[in-house]
Amino acid sequence: MPDNLDLQLDDNGRLRHFLSIEGLNQAILTEILDTAESFTSVVDRTIKKVPILRGITVANLFFESSTRTRSTFELAEQRLSADILSLNVSTSATVKGESLLDTLQNLEAMQIDMFVIRHQDSGSAHFFAQHVRPGVSVLNAGDGQHEHPTQAMLDMYTIRHYKKDFSGLRVAIVGDILHSRVARSQIHALNLLNTAEIRVVAPRTLLPVATESLGVSVYEDLELGLKDVDVVIMLRLQKERMRGALLPSEKEYFRKYGLSQERLKLARPDAIVMHPGPANRGVEIESSVMDGNQSVILQQVSFGISVRMAVMAMIVGQSGASS
Amino acid sequence: MSLPSVEPLIEKLGKALIPYFSSSDSQPIIVGIETGGAWIAERLQQRIAPGAELGRLNISFYRDDFTRSGLHPTVKPSSLPTDIDDRTIVLVDDVLHSGRTVRAAMNEIFDYGRPKRIILAILIDRGEREIPIQADFVGATLELDSGSHIKLDGPDPLRLVIKSLESHAG
Repeated sequence: MPDNLDLQLDDNGRLRHFLSIEGLNQAILTEILDTAESFTSVVDRTIKKVPILRGITVANLFFESSTRTRSTFELAEQRLSADILSLNVSTSATVKGESLLDTLQNLEAMQIDMFVIRHQDSGSAHFFAQHVRPGVSVLNAGDGQHEHPTQAMLDMYTIRHYKKDFSGLRVAIVGDILHSRVARSQIHALNLLNTAEIRVVAPRTLLPVATESLGVSVYEDLELGLKDVDVVIMLRLQKERMRGALLPSEKEYFRKYGLSQERLKLARPDAIVMHPGPANRGVEIESSVMDGNQSVILQQVSFGISVRMAVMAMIVGQSGASS
Repeated sequence: MSLPSVEPLIEKLGKALIPYFSSSDSQPIIVGIETGGAWIAERLQQRIAPGAELGRLNISFYRDDFTRSGLHPTVKPSSLPTDIDDRTIVLVDDVLHSGRTVRAAMNEIFDYGRPKRIILAILIDRGEREIPIQADFVGATLELDSGSHIKLDGPDPLRLVIKSLESHAG
């Protein structure tokens, strides 16, 4: 991992790139949430667009497949009036630094102003940001097992929307923490926003080493972990990233870590259920919970558009501030 | 220099606008540009047409200097009645200077629909236009040093203040 986390902020502490929640501060996170709120009404207009990114070309580079993230990024860009280019760069072999750099240079030759990148290698967005020309910005749409910062921000937006304030909240993140870049970003964000208690609930085999050092309490028992929480965030079991026998079986996983109606009753009665998607019904979450009235999973998707608009607008709106 | 007090200027604007609200069919929508214009719009509505619909515009998404000025999330987002087609809009702002703010506001209005007519009512016209935009109704005309910045302080009471500010783009 590149140690240069300040890469994403300019000398005035404004956003230049959006690579990871780690390295940001509470003020920027709050500004993203406030700005996103001002974008929610754009869809109520006859013309669902504002001219903020007019004349700016954004390239969406997805080296890993994605439905939600990619389409909400594209919609966010279109609602900001950007010109967009979406590339599905499926690769079987690991893309090495050299070839990634080649991709970048070719696209730069096409006068791209902003890159949204998803890549299977941790640190790839940082790598891109280190090599782009001055004035070109990079947004991380998920890098390996490292971070997925716009997902975490839309989750924070959802929590704030329903719960108003983080300081009294108990939040449980349940499932495959080990492989989850979403969980890593969420934990950083929840900590920066002064969440009262962050719990991670998972079998030891699906927890990274020294999870406690992230400022969370660890529960191996789901029922204890759900007790009195305000927010339940379920994570997808990332079967495609698993090497070796981390789990006995999906059925066994659901028996111990699946969120059922019965178990949800252990949380506070007004608790909300979130999932970054795509969800495996019957593996980590029961269908009736996913479709139930405590679920805000589809609202998360809608909020994702405003949050992504906010991040891009902040980067562009501040690009000339220091010049 | 001594600045005029605000209430008599709003009174004057109100009087001039009354004929537009006298027709029995659809009333104009009073739309203020955040933040000063929105305060005046509210006062005008109370004074001359309590039944008229009120809207507000936060034009920061439409500014031509957006890449320099950025967003101001503390300013309330725009809100217009969803249907403005074929309606008359009284657009209200505190100060008319370069004209760029009004241009941005009109661009935004047209993204909501196609109004029948837009009337521009301004509290203070300080001249020095950079684009060809003129107000239909003006509270007062002032000549100021080009380096100074006049703005409306409020909401209660409303008063005009002058600041020396080099970088204002108004």
